[in-house]
Amino acid sequence: MQLTMWTYEGPPHVGAMRVAASMRDLHYVLHAPQGDTYADLLFTMIERRKSRPPVTYTTFQARDLGGDTAEIFKAACHQAVERFDPKAIIVGASCTAELLQDDPSGLAKTLGLDIPVVPLELPSYQKKENWGAAETFFQLVRGFAGGRTPVERAEDAPKSCNILGPTALGFRNRDDIVEVVRLVEALGVAVNVVAPLHATPHDLTLLPNADFNIVLYPEIAGQAAQWLKRTYKQPIVDVQPIGVGATREFVGAVAELAGVDPGPVLASEDERLSWYSRSIDSNYLTGKRVFIFGDATHAIAAARIAEKELGFKVCGLGTYVREFARDVRVAAEAYGVEALITDDHLEVEDAIIAAQPELVLGTQMERHVAKRLRIPCAVISSPVHVQDFPARYSPQMGFEGANVIFDSWVHPLMMGLEEHLLQMFRDDFEFNDNAQASHLAAVHANENHAPVEHDDDANSNILAWTQDAEKELKKIPFFVRGKARRNTESFAAERGFNPITVETLYDAKAHYAR
Amino acid sequence: MTTHVPPHVAKSLVANTDGDSTIRERGQHEVFCGLTSIIWLHRKVQDAFFLIVGSRTCAHLMQSAAGVMIFSEPRFGTAIIDDRDLSGMADMNDELDKVVARLVARRPDIKMLVLVGSCPSEVIKLDLSRAAQRLGKLHGPDLRVLAYSGSGIETTFTQGEDNFLKAIVEGLPSAPAEAPEHLVVVGCLADVVEDQFKRIFTDLGIERVSFLPARSGLEQVAIGAKTMLLLAQPYLTETAHIFEKRGARRLIAPMPLGEQGTTAWLWAAAEAFGVDRAKFEAVVASGQARARRALENYRSKLAGKRLFFFPDSQMEPALARFMANEAGAEIVEVGTPFLNKAIVAPELAALPADVPLAEGQDVEKQIDRCRAADPDLIICGMGLGNPFEAEGRSTKWSIEFAFTPIQGYDQAGDLAELFARPLMRRGRLDITLAGEAA
Repeated sequence: MQLTMWTYEGPPHVGAMRVAASMRDLHYVLHAPQGDTYADLLFTMIERRKSRPPVTYTTFQARDLGGDTAEIFKAACHQAVERFDPKAIIVGASCTAELLQDDPSGLAKTLGLDIPVVPLELPSYQKKENWGAAETFFQLVRGFAGGRTPVERAEDAPKSCNILGPTALGFRNRDDIVEVVRLVEALGVAVNVVAPLHATPHDLTLLPNADFNIVLYPEIAGQAAQWLKRTYKQPIVDVQPIGVGATREFVGAVAELAGVDPGPVLASEDERLSWYSRSIDSNYLTGKRVFIFGDATHAIAAARIAEKELGFKVCGLGTYVREFARDVRVAAEAYGVEALITDDHLEVEDAIIAAQPELVLGTQMERHVAKRLRIPCAVISSPVHVQDFPARYSPQMGFEGANVIFDSWVHPLMMGLEEHLLQMFRDDFEFNDNAQASHLAAVHANENHAPVEHDDDANSNILAWTQDAEKELKKIPFFVRGKARRNTESFAAERGFNPITVETLYDAKAHYAR
Repeated sequence: MTTHVPPHVAKSLVANTDGDSTIRERGQHEVFCGLTSIIWLHRKVQDAFFLIVGSRTCAHLMQSAAGVMIFSEPRFGTAIIDDRDLSGMADMNDELDKVVARLVARRPDIKMLVLVGSCPSEVIKLDLSRAAQRLGKLHGPDLRVLAYSGSGIETTFTQGEDNFLKAIVEGLPSAPAEAPEHLVVVGCLADVVEDQFKRIFTDLGIERVSFLPARSGLEQVAIGAKTMLLLAQPYLTETAHIFEKRGARRLIAPMPLGEQGTTAWLWAAAEAFGVDRAKFEAVVASGQARARRALENYRSKLAGKRLFFFPDSQMEPALARFMANEAGAEIVEVGTPFLNKAIVAPELAALPADVPLAEGQDVEKQIDRCRAADPDLIICGMGLGNPFEAEGRSTKWSIEFAFTPIQGYDQAGDLAELFARPLMRRGRLDITLAGEAA
């Protein structure tokens, strides 16, 4: 039993709903008590979807439990098929129905429907949303693409690929597809099927016809792609084109599988991140401490962009997707930090406070934490919020995605010139801790939200600061003061200096000079 | 009992409640479960923590329905049952005790811990009442522990509050026989509304008034034969029942919505406490006048508008009565998850005789009826709102009636505004959807 105040992932049947709601001509009949219909609002409210998600719930009640809940389920299947006329249905149970052991899969076989029925077994008390989405997509792919003979094509026909993984409620998936399709087609590669988003069950039967598969989100499509590889020998492009370097690698990998020249696409002039990052204005970004938390794909990609493309320093990296903990650990090691693998948002908050970052890249929950701590922040990953479905085109993938990322990560920070001015004026009457940067005016300096100065460091319990040293510390701009305090204290502790004097402060500064 | 029915209500009482033209449906229910009541209950009872014993779905429902991220640590959470608990590898009661111990250590400010049963905990028959007794002994007397069920298999949305209040009332002491008469107003009201009513009761000379739930979990009121029960919310079937079982007298009144509803509701209390009509009218006159004035602004916008209510909070008959009688709206259908005719009799009596009622739900059939009726405003849940808007219809989220202070004279205008705003907005917007006929 786990105490939870908030959760990054919903139950696995919500993952199945995301796949069902992504597709066309598919309907999900979910054996679930009344109340579970709340999940509809994830789609109609967060994504502002114009139609109800294609889900029929049995919504059984206590008075039904003595009777025949299985009959209710069968009736719901028949009614759903009659009303919505899908080309296929998926059936399954939510957490409560799982306990009833009505066996929706077995029942579905006895329905005598003239459309395919794909049964789902999603263990609600073990697994979570991403796993549920991956399993559902895998069962659909296996069900519809299994036992096919790929269409023979001429040797010199252009190569084709499937793009796998985008779903409803996925972080910027809507725009990522547009960007990736454009990249792939610019290479002269045909897109055979994009799935699950916008695909039909019939489209899934065509999957084996492609030459290879592109996996945009391994959390959702990894399992299905592995099966296609084993079954139809379709190689996988598993570089996610998030950031300039990854996009270039992605273009290279696709070009290699397609046997085409990546040159013209790589020379794209629409990419601006690399130049903006090299421009003199960006000097002040150097070594900014960044804390990153999200799903595995976006967190790992963000760490690479932060370190390699923007010159930040990754001071924390983690994920709530335990299934991909290993990948995140490998990435974290490369940046010299310990990976944080947890689905407890309070633990993430503690880690953020301890890391003293200057920028937080996370989910909406980390955005809240950062806002409370008055640290600049950008959202990079699900779980999504209505703000993650911007009206404008706003991909994360491809060259345009890199442009979007540059803007959305750098704009929350203080601008270069502004930061220099702060350095120059230090405790000037206008430029000080209580005067918020002009572009952050929306977050009004609130007396209750004191700037973060944490004493979590064990050292601070033992070490004393002389009054002069404390005063000198105050002259350091507030946004780096926490770091200065921490560095000075560990410097003093290592050398047994106590109390900390002005001298110690500047010795430490020299020691840690970067 | 009809002596407590206000005169304007009594005259039509007979006409409207006999015929059984109510539509009763059993199909997909597009409603929240009782857990959702916690969203306002935890704001009301300021030293209580609501611990749902349930699944990840429960936790996800709460954060999605509340539509919020957490700004500070909330006073509700979920003890998520996992495979180890179900397979018997872990003893569920021990696990619950551990979770509660952690919680109590983390939140020493909590004075009342409420264990809330869910669909899974009910299906596996986890006895939370016994757990509450055990934990009460362990952590009491500074911490009061109680339990109720907010499960979707037993409760719809506001019925969670009903079960919570029932659990509270079961623990209330009995008033001695010689205790004087006192009034207990039952049902969550916003603090501001509660304070307004308290002032009016004082002006009426009714001094002994308690509100339930109280703002602190430690507050207790004794109940007995001299208890007058006045429901401030229509969905409190179980709570009213247990009050009556313990000897309390339930005053019959419509809900305090709108000027007429509020007057009739206050009069029910005044009459029971022997306040004469002249004094009553003198006390409420200013409130009535303010409510009428506020409503005047909206009547032109709402008169003749056709409304369709989907079932949500059981407040629908009262809301429809207000809109029909005080705003001049036409009611196309009043859906409600559960129709307790004993409680809503005054509302039904005051509704026009031909208003169709629908109890329960088959959402697909109801959507078809709604489309066919083509109303001016649809009052529905959040899952249905945008799809209806995309069809070019105007909607109002029903959940707002549960969250917004709408009771009493000084909120009558706010209540009308909730209905008027979507219509006014539609009137202001000069923009068609892409592909929509201008």
